[in-house]
Amino acid sequence: MKGETQVSEKVLMLGNEAFARGAYEAGCKLSAAYPGTPSTEISENIVKYDEIYSEWSPNEKVAMEVAIGASISGVRALASMKHVGLNVAADPLFTVSYIGVNGGLVIIVADDPGLYSSQNEQDTRAVARAAKIPVLEPSDSCEAKDFVKYAFDLSEKYDTPVIVRTTTRLSHSQGLVELNERLDIEDKPYVRDFAKNVMMPGNAKGRHLFVESRERALAEDGYDFPINTVEYNDSKIGVITSGIPYQYVKEALPEASVLKLGIVNPLPRRLIEEFASKVETLYIIEELDPIIEEQVRSWGIEAVGKDILTVQGEYSANMIKKAIKGEDVYIAKAAEIPNRPPILCPGCPHRSVFSVLKKLKIRAAGDIGCYTLGAVAPLSVVDTTICMGASISSLHGMEKAKGKEYIKDWVAVIGDSTFLHTGLNSLMNMVYNKSTGTVVILDNSTTGMTGHQDHAATGLTLKGEATYSIDLEELCKALGVSNVHTINAFDTKKLEKTIKESVGLDEIVVIIAQAPCALLDKSPVTKQYTIDQDKCKRCGMCMKPGCPAITKKEDGSIEINDTMCNGCGLCVEFCKFDAIKSVKLK
Amino acid sequence: MDTKNIMIVGVGGQGTLLTSRILGGLTIQAGYDVKLSEVHGMAQRGGSVVTFVRYGKKVNEPIVEEGQADVLIAFEKLEALRYVHFLKKDGAIVVNDQRIDPMPVVIGAEKYPENIIEDLAKDHRVFRVDAIDEAKKLGNSRVFNVIVLGLAAQHMDFTKEEWLSVIEKTVPAKTVEINKKAFEIGYNL
Repeated sequence: MKGETQVSEKVLMLGNEAFARGAYEAGCKLSAAYPGTPSTEISENIVKYDEIYSEWSPNEKVAMEVAIGASISGVRALASMKHVGLNVAADPLFTVSYIGVNGGLVIIVADDPGLYSSQNEQDTRAVARAAKIPVLEPSDSCEAKDFVKYAFDLSEKYDTPVIVRTTTRLSHSQGLVELNERLDIEDKPYVRDFAKNVMMPGNAKGRHLFVESRERALAEDGYDFPINTVEYNDSKIGVITSGIPYQYVKEALPEASVLKLGIVNPLPRRLIEEFASKVETLYIIEELDPIIEEQVRSWGIEAVGKDILTVQGEYSANMIKKAIKGEDVYIAKAAEIPNRPPILCPGCPHRSVFSVLKKLKIRAAGDIGCYTLGAVAPLSVVDTTICMGASISSLHGMEKAKGKEYIKDWVAVIGDSTFLHTGLNSLMNMVYNKSTGTVVILDNSTTGMTGHQDHAATGLTLKGEATYSIDLEELCKALGVSNVHTINAFDTKKLEKTIKESVGLDEIVVIIAQAPCALLDKSPVTKQYTIDQDKCKRCGMCMKPGCPAITKKEDGSIEINDTMCNGCGLCVEFCKFDAIKSVKLK
Repeated sequence: MDTKNIMIVGVGGQGTLLTSRILGGLTIQAGYDVKLSEVHGMAQRGGSVVTFVRYGKKVNEPIVEEGQADVLIAFEKLEALRYVHFLKKDGAIVVNDQRIDPMPVVIGAEKYPENIIEDLAKDHRVFRVDAIDEAKKLGNSRVFNVIVLGLAAQHMDFTKEEWLSVIEKTVPAKTVEINKKAFEIGYNL
């Protein structure tokens, strides 16, 4: 940006790290988020800047409202989340669009084309269109930083929250970034504004008119926004694109004329019409849904897009070359070899709980976390996965639909972080509506799958400061569940007995299966297990829970890999021949 | 110089992210434009992971595509086989001779392919090392990935001194010496 002092040589930054840097340089003072791949590292990098108050909120709706409050009070504020998190935050999102901002409000939302770590492939631009909120889309780390700063400026200039949309590929790619100093942004004074900040029907009517005029102004002014760039080359092929696909276009079609949109909602119509009039064939290259394409076509402009390119997954330069030029790019065939899907780690406490459920032939209504992996062989006990918190409420729905007896071979399984995110409401509903059923909280004292973030029951804040730690057992009791058990997740005998008894009861039972995530404990392993080959009958029972450290060799003998075993001892309980011995390590 | 394409493949948890940090530092130090693309999240839980590193005068696309890799660095041999079609015709494969069974093999649903390295060597330049074994000799099996990187360094355009200086800046202070030794072992193979 003009007039700023550069403070360093270029540094290599992850897209998410660059977003954090952008918020810092923009003078942002507050950041709130709930972890979710691929957005998590934004907060993990913002926490490094003492000038920004940053927190993990229990869910995205709360995070969004925290940021809205900060904006109303007059400071620049940020909320970040993954695409499905935006659904959770949709309620405040749609209304803050009407309220607008005092201090700038930016929401970074990470989509996941290709489904690297998500339950769906939804397109945030569609949500933003429905909420009438502008969306900026950077295409590399450098722009990730700059666009966040630009987003804060737009937010304040147009009295609107601004979404900065990223994707997994951008968030998790590193590129060179030039650092600048933090802007000194003064807090805006707070002035009571009844018509703007109190969204009762009468006021919302007026604000809706404002939102519509804001959309028109942004669409018109977009013609001059510096984040939209036009590169005129050969006029035969013209491409409209944005974000990461721009990089693929540059690689695949270096000769093409390109309109790179920095703002993808609302679209700068005049700029697009002008570009379209100067090229022979217009292509629109966007990952996921045809959001740009459908609008451009609705203006009577001919364009090629999803008729030759997919709405699923990520694009690449080769894919674009093939679709547009018909070039048969050299692609050797991949070998047909065994897949390597993700698995529960050696020593994972979820494996212990799932092995008990499997033994008892109990099905689990599942939730979002590493424990979704309990759905695949050899454990195969998780039957459903929908969204955060859905395990408990869907179990309740089954009970109400089919009766108490029907769910006596079912439980709900949910992680500690997910329970606090939205599982809590579902449990409250079970109590309120006189349900029965067993809920197992897989309490590994962290938000595991996203890479170990603290939450309201770990006793630490995002900043690493000690704080009150919510007692899950007391919390469930306060909600009205009287039958709550806290059990060591590796005490399979006690777990088995308790689960067996609980599912037979005509009441709600919560079982908190507690043991820290195996990756959380960084201290050296002090104990491992090995197989006594003289006693081993090679029956394979120890392999039933699917621990990746235990493998069968070509000759049929079974071995425990000493670079992987972390000494949890679950396999010992499966051996009827006393053939698994512990080894003490230094 | 044409853009160089490096791929680092392995099993989630093997430390591909550390190696990509070292490679990234190296390319900036040499004044190149660079992009790296990594896998975070669920796939890191024991799944197949791949990191792309591209450097040159100006880099657009952050990923390496089929038939484009100059060097394929594999921390596990089944993963070398999985990604070998990404290699250029004259590209080099640097492979750690380690077998980690994926779950379909563990549960007996599929077989781990035999003679992977020999088969790869029929059509490609393959350089193998039993890096776990070499690292154990050094007293820390966890530095195996830097041994593999040392072997890969033989097939890239940077000097030994450049590599060592970046390793020094990238790894935790306590492990600088052992990582430098690990690099030398791979580099001198």
